[in-house]
Amino acid sequence: MKISPEQVARIAKLARLEPDEAKLTLFAGQFESILNYMDTLNELDTTGLEPLYSPVTHATVLRDDVAVKTARRDDVLSNAPESDGQFFVVPRIV
Amino acid sequence: MSELYAKTLTEIRALLASRAVSAEETVASCLARIHATEPQIQALLSVQAEEALAAARAMDAQGPDPEKPLWGVPVIVKDVLCTKGVPTTCGSRILENFRPFYDAFAVRRLKEAGAILLGKSNMDEFAMGSSTENSAYHPTRNPWDLSRVPGGSSGGSAASVTACQAHGCLGTDTGGSIRQPASLCGCVGLKPTYGRVSRYGMVAYGSSLDQIGPMTRTVEDNARLLQVIAGHDPKDSTCADTPVPDYLAALSRTDLKGIRIGLPEEFWAQGLDPEVEAACSAALETLKSLGAQPVQVSLPHSRYAIAVYYIVAMAEASSNLARFDGVRYGFRDKEASELMDLYVRSRSKGFGEEVQRRIMLGTYVLSSGYYDAYYRKAAQVRRRIREDYENALARCDVLCGPASPVTAWKVGELTDDPLKMYLMDIYTISLNLAGLPGMSLPVGLGKESGMPVGLQLLGKPFAEETLYGIAAALERATPPLGQPAAL
Repeated sequence: MKISPEQVARIAKLARLEPDEAKLTLFAGQFESILNYMDTLNELDTTGLEPLYSPVTHATVLRDDVAVKTARRDDVLSNAPESDGQFFVVPRIV
Repeated sequence: MSELYAKTLTEIRALLASRAVSAEETVASCLARIHATEPQIQALLSVQAEEALAAARAMDAQGPDPEKPLWGVPVIVKDVLCTKGVPTTCGSRILENFRPFYDAFAVRRLKEAGAILLGKSNMDEFAMGSSTENSAYHPTRNPWDLSRVPGGSSGGSAASVTACQAHGCLGTDTGGSIRQPASLCGCVGLKPTYGRVSRYGMVAYGSSLDQIGPMTRTVEDNARLLQVIAGHDPKDSTCADTPVPDYLAALSRTDLKGIRIGLPEEFWAQGLDPEVEAACSAALETLKSLGAQPVQVSLPHSRYAIAVYYIVAMAEASSNLARFDGVRYGFRDKEASELMDLYVRSRSKGFGEEVQRRIMLGTYVLSSGYYDAYYRKAAQVRRRIREDYENALARCDVLCGPASPVTAWKVGELTDDPLKMYLMDIYTISLNLAGLPGMSLPVGLGKESGMPVGLQLLGKPFAEETLYGIAAALERATPPLGQPAAL
């Protein structure tokens, strides 16, 4: 499968990334060889086979639906690039 | 060597418990070793020297606690594990200033057992890599030959424990990131069964594959660390509520009579480096001399494992790494004018090239129109891979093969060819897809390269004690590698 720099740019936009022109060209070539390698899976007929998304075999146990305070506000905000002491601060949205 | 840092974890633990040495002396010895070796190998991203010495002095004042199995033992953990108040960078610029306000479950268990955290080890950024050259900070060098890589992504932990900077390290293994660097550096690395150790507090890469495990200089040391970090944690729903066996009790077997060792034909096929094959074959002969019986088995879908792995891992990574957006923690680009711009600029400047490559490939295979062709297809083949293991392990107790197709390669040799680098994980990756336990232990030095070779033992779910028993018997019957040649 041929992958163009324009296709890489579209994928990058979905991933919230913005590689420069040189990287788009580099990635296009690399993606092509990696995806071609992945296409070897098409040799196998998997019709009707149940996908395995996780190796976990035990049933997930749900917690009681009770609110528990697990962290202090100061702790949660302690690594924030910008905060007002109560909330995370971000640039304007609209 | 008679210095304290050269003692095994088991030896130093006994000396500490009997007060023959103090915790402060032990920590000081390892810090001196770090000071002496770190300029050459660069295995660490941070050292908490003052904190470690202060903790040791406080513990000495109290005296040894028999309830704490690692009382006073210095350890180092991979920088992917959250450590309260201590930098946790994941080898990435995007987390350069991140200091978690909590400990990962495994780190908390170590501390509760009396271990003293000396520092955080280097790693490929977000555990994406096979050589520790993808660290955003610096590459780590192999203690046996400074011109060679230590493997990855737990290359910092492997190099650190091999160089005797600490008595034990923790690594993480998503596609072989404990076993492959253990093989390349000549230490013992165990990837436990998926669910044996809680992943709470580990920065996630491929959530259905990641597992935390011990890296040590001996099999017994390894068992002692797993004994402490294994067990149920309600904060990780994938962590199994299964009793933790006595791993140390499994080490006592002197022969391997009645043990069936499965030899997957695909692991011993063409493409294996002759010096790796020679060392692993010699180890196999040792296993046979101890009474083990070889059984030929096959893992017919293993040739698809790398394709399946990278689709699954990259898809999960693209989802997991969406949380790094410059809002709540990590790097934020100051020039952003609006929110979307903030996300894009912060991620583009904060993530390195390999991480961006994997996020984008993951985004691609999950995107509309490609999900069924890639992600669903990979998950279907993943089931076949696990069935292969179930069929093979129904005929034997463990599987055995090399951990890496080659010994450590030169720094920079594969960095321009990501696909070729991915193929270096060919013998380790399928185990993560199946969720089974695996261990690499050193079995000799390559005749040509003089570099360590690791033999891999792969087991049934939650049968780590079987791996430890066989590995301990093999270790006793195998000449030790000696000191790393470059230090």
